Order: sequence, then C-alpha cells, then structure tokens
Amino acid sequence: MSRAPLALLAAGFRRYSTYRQATFAGIFTNSVFGFLRCYLLLSVAEEAGSVAGYSGSQLVTYVWLGQGMLATVNSWTPLDLAERVRTGDVVADLLRPIDPLWTYLWTDLGRACFAVLTRLAVPLGVGAFAFGLYVPDDPLVYPVLLLSLVLAVVTGFACRYLIGLTAFWLLDIRGLNMVWVFFSGFASGLYFPLAVLPEWLSTLLWVATPFPVLMQSSIDIAVERGGLGHGLLVLAGQAAWALLLLWACRVVQRRGVRRLVVQGG
Amino acid sequence: MIIEVSGLRKDFTVTTKVGRLRRERTVVSAVDGVDLVVGRGELIGYIGPNGAGKSTTLKVLTGVLTPSAGRVRVCGLDPVADRTTLARRIGVVFGQRSQLWWDLPLGESFELLRHIYRVPAAEHAARLRTCSDLLDLDGFTRTPVRQLSLGQRMRGELTAALLHGPEVLFLDEPTIGLDVLSKQAVRGFLAELDRRGDTTVVLTTHDLADIEKLCERLVVIDHGRVVHDGTLDALHTRHGSRRTIVADLDAPWPAGQTVPGAAVTAVEADGTRVTLTLDGRAAGEVVAALARIVPLRDLSVQEPDIEDVVARIYRG
Repeated sequence: MSRAPLALLAAGFRRYSTYRQATFAGIFTNSVFGFLRCYLLLSVAEEAGSVAGYSGSQLVTYVWLGQGMLATVNSWTPLDLAERVRTGDVVADLLRPIDPLWTYLWTDLGRACFAVLTRLAVPLGVGAFAFGLYVPDDPLVYPVLLLSLVLAVVTGFACRYLIGLTAFWLLDIRGLNMVWVFFSGFASGLYFPLAVLPEWLSTLLWVATPFPVLMQSSIDIAVERGGLGHGLLVLAGQAAWALLLLWACRVVQRRGVRRLVVQGG
Repeated sequence: MIIEVSGLRKDFTVTTKVGRLRRERTVVSAVDGVDLVVGRGELIGYIGPNGAGKSTTLKVLTGVLTPSAGRVRVCGLDPVADRTTLARRIGVVFGQRSQLWWDLPLGESFELLRHIYRVPAAEHAARLRTCSDLLDLDGFTRTPVRQLSLGQRMRGELTAALLHGPEVLFLDEPTIGLDVLSKQAVRGFLAELDRRGDTTVVLTTHDLADIEKLCERLVVIDHGRVVHDGTLDALHTRHGSRRTIVADLDAPWPAGQTVPGAAVTAVEADGTRVTLTLDGRAAGEVVAALARIVPLRDLSVQEPDIEDVVARIYRG
C-alpha cells in the first residue's frame, strides 16, 4: 500500500487535534446529554423491566456508546466538500493525483480516530463509572464491534460525501443537509432504540436505508442483541451499505465533475 | 511540443429570468477558437482583460473543465480523460485559491504532498531546499497556513506546486494582492526557474510588470480569441507603440521645426523641452539631428509603455 492514505489519515487526525477547546466542549455537552438520556431510559426501564428488549446495563451502553458515536460518525457536520464546490476551491482537490473521494475518506478516518480517542472514549468512561456498561459474554464481540465502528464511520462519510456532491448541481446544500440531519438522527437510533418502532417501520429502516448502520448496528453488536451470529449478519449489512454508497459516490462524482462550472472564474 | 491546443472552445450556459416563470438560456463562449502551441522550457505570458477566458483556458488545460470543442494535449495527454495522471506531471497555482491544508503547518502540507505525489524522499528534500533558499521559507514552515500572510502563503503555494518536479507549471495570477517585496521574490524565483529551462511555465497576470520582466513570449486573449502571439517588441511594432525622446534644450525650440525620423509631439517649458516620437529609426541618428538644430542640455529615451499597448488592445 502506498503511504498516501496513512499520511492523509495522520493529517486528518492532527487537524482535529489542534482544536482542543472544541473537543473539551463537545465531550462536556455529549456527557451532559448522556446523563439526561440515561436517567430517563433507566427510569422507564425500572417501571417496565426493560425498554424494547434492552435491560438496564444494555440501556446504559446504548446511551453512552451512542453519545460517543454521535461525534465519531459526525453526521451533523457536513464535509468541507460542498463549501469547496460552492467557492470553486474544489479545483485544488481535482488537481491532485488521487481521486478526491479517497482524499476525503482518509482524512475523515483520521478525524474519526481522533474522535474515538477523545469524544468516544471519555463519555464511555463516564458512563462506565457512573452507571456501569454492559459487559459482553463473548470476547469476539470486541473485534466485531471495532469493525462495525469503522463501517459506521465509512457509511456516514459516504452519505455526507454524497450530500456534498449535490453541490455540483444545487450549489447550496443547506436544505438537503437539514433533511439528512433529521433522518440520520431519528432513523439511526440516536433518539430512541429502533426496536421501539412498529415492526414494519423498523424492518423498513433496517432493510431499505443506511441509517441504522450509522449507530444502531454497532450498539446492537456491543450489547449482543440476538447473539454474535446476528451481530455478524448486522456487520455484513454494514459492509454492504458502505460499499454500495462509496460506489454511488464514485458514479455521482463522475457526473458532477463533468458538468462542473468553477465559480468565480 | 508540451502544450498543443487547436480550435479550443468552451461554452457556458447562462440562465436568466424572463418574467415570472420563464427562463431564457443563452450560450456564452468564454473561449472561442484558441490555438496555442508551447514548447518545452518556454515561459509564456497569457494575458487579457477580466472575463477574456484566461482562467477558463487554464482550467481546460489542467483537466478541470471539459472543453466544448477543439483538441487539447498537455504532456501528450488528454487533460480531462487523464486528469489524475496529468496531475503528477503539472503544477498549478491559482492566486486566489489555496492548495495547502489550512489548519496544518506549511511544512506538514509539504510532507503530505510528498506522499500524495509519491516523490522519493531525497528528491523531495532537494527541491524543498532549493525553493526554501530562493523563496526564503525558513521563518514560517512551522506556522499553520491560516496564519500566514498572503506573501508567505504564495511562496508556500509556489513551492507546493513544484515539489513533485512538474514538467509544466500553470500560474494563474500568482502576484495578485502581493506587496512589492513579495512580488519581487516571486518574479525572481520564476526568472530563476526559467533560466534552468526544464520547466515550462504558463503565466496569467494583470500585472504587466510581471510580463515585462519575465516573458519572452506573450499571448494576448480577448473575448475568447487570441489577438496576439509573439514577443513584446512585436506587440509594440504591430500596435504602433513608439519610443520617445525627451530633450531639455539650452535655447528655445524654433516654432514649426521638424526632425527627420521623428515627430515632435510636445513643446513645453517655454520651448526648452521637446518630446519626439520615433518612427522606428535608431535613437542615435535622431539625437544627432536634434543636436544640429539646438544645443542640448539633457536627454532621456523612453521605451514604450506596455500598459498603453495592452489597454489599446483591450479597448479594441
């Protein structure tokens, strides 16, 4: 493998590590919301015994892993791509000997690595310390979970890249991005476990949309919902979505570049 | 020939609102039938007024824009189809855009480019040292790019564009917005690059001093067409620019007096200063003739002003 991907990954990591205050503020906010959500879900579970089949410690993992993944997958923050298409700076990206899709992917993976070490690790630690996380029976869950996190980041990246690419046609992606932020929260399991939805709806989301792959997949693997066998199936689904969306990025990018009109001469 | 362009046209569709719902689409040709051949190692100035099609041409040559018609070859490649292959063999600086990583120190951008272009470490280090010596980068390689001054950043951009040893360097207004010292640094650097002769440079600029100091060959484009391709002197000859002689005299200039080989265009200071415009004859002959008419006190010969010629072309 050439060294460029690693160098880009390292650059993405360093780029985000320079924003220390933002990192601290993010950890703080995610943790505060973690406490709120955790108390809420645990109080519901105390009455009913469980929430949609998740017991007490599983709910704790659901909340705190979710709070950490929110920053790791980073769905709420659009990629620079759209802004660079709008201003015409995308020209510099196109003049590199590497397809911008890979440049952005590796850089975003670098960002995600930094986020795992800070914005995922710290809230998980807080959750473990304050409430006690679910401990998997099967140690194989850990490597599967790690892969699942990578695929969640890649899928989230591909979705954000696709949205960024629409700037080649729309120039302003804010409207579309709002729709995306709404669905990526609601349909990924960020606000509530997808299992609380009516079965037809949750099945539809799992089968026909990439949203559960962004968060619920990894959480279900972490809490061994349905056992490791089911976890591997979920992982395969994540891989399929990641590949499909990256392929879509390539196709759409090719068409977008062909109709490119660089703004501002 | 490292750059071959024939019959290049690039059209843009412009949509304008007509009434409440109807939209009218008109096709505008930014580049309209440009022919251009550039040999290896040449440094050419590509100039024209705003909107003449300079940047569009450069974007077609670098493979960013797809031409509407015509044939384009750069380093023997079709820029659009072979964009990523071509990217390794050309360097590009857009004066108003950055190719550096905003949040990273300049030195790290260079290091990243080494990996992206797969440049052997020794070659990279040697080129970086050369650029660093010529452009005096040492003081700010550890500064994040977002904190650099424009002059520092532009020196960084030039270096970044050259670290992979490109065969062709495209510069789109590299001196825009720079102060005098930074302009001199950039010009000096380009002159040195030209002297070494292994890099072909295509330079667009609005700063005609850049052209005067650097470019043997000048291509002027207006309304998407090439209106001049040749040396600066040829441009002056073709558009009737003349050298002028300004002479301070010891005695007043006799009214109505003529000088062979020149026209008297101004008589000032109570007749003790005359301005003569040469019609192509050598200045020495005219000065000798002048001295026979009246005693001279002081004399200066002025080269034609490139700004005037270019302004005349731009006005059509």
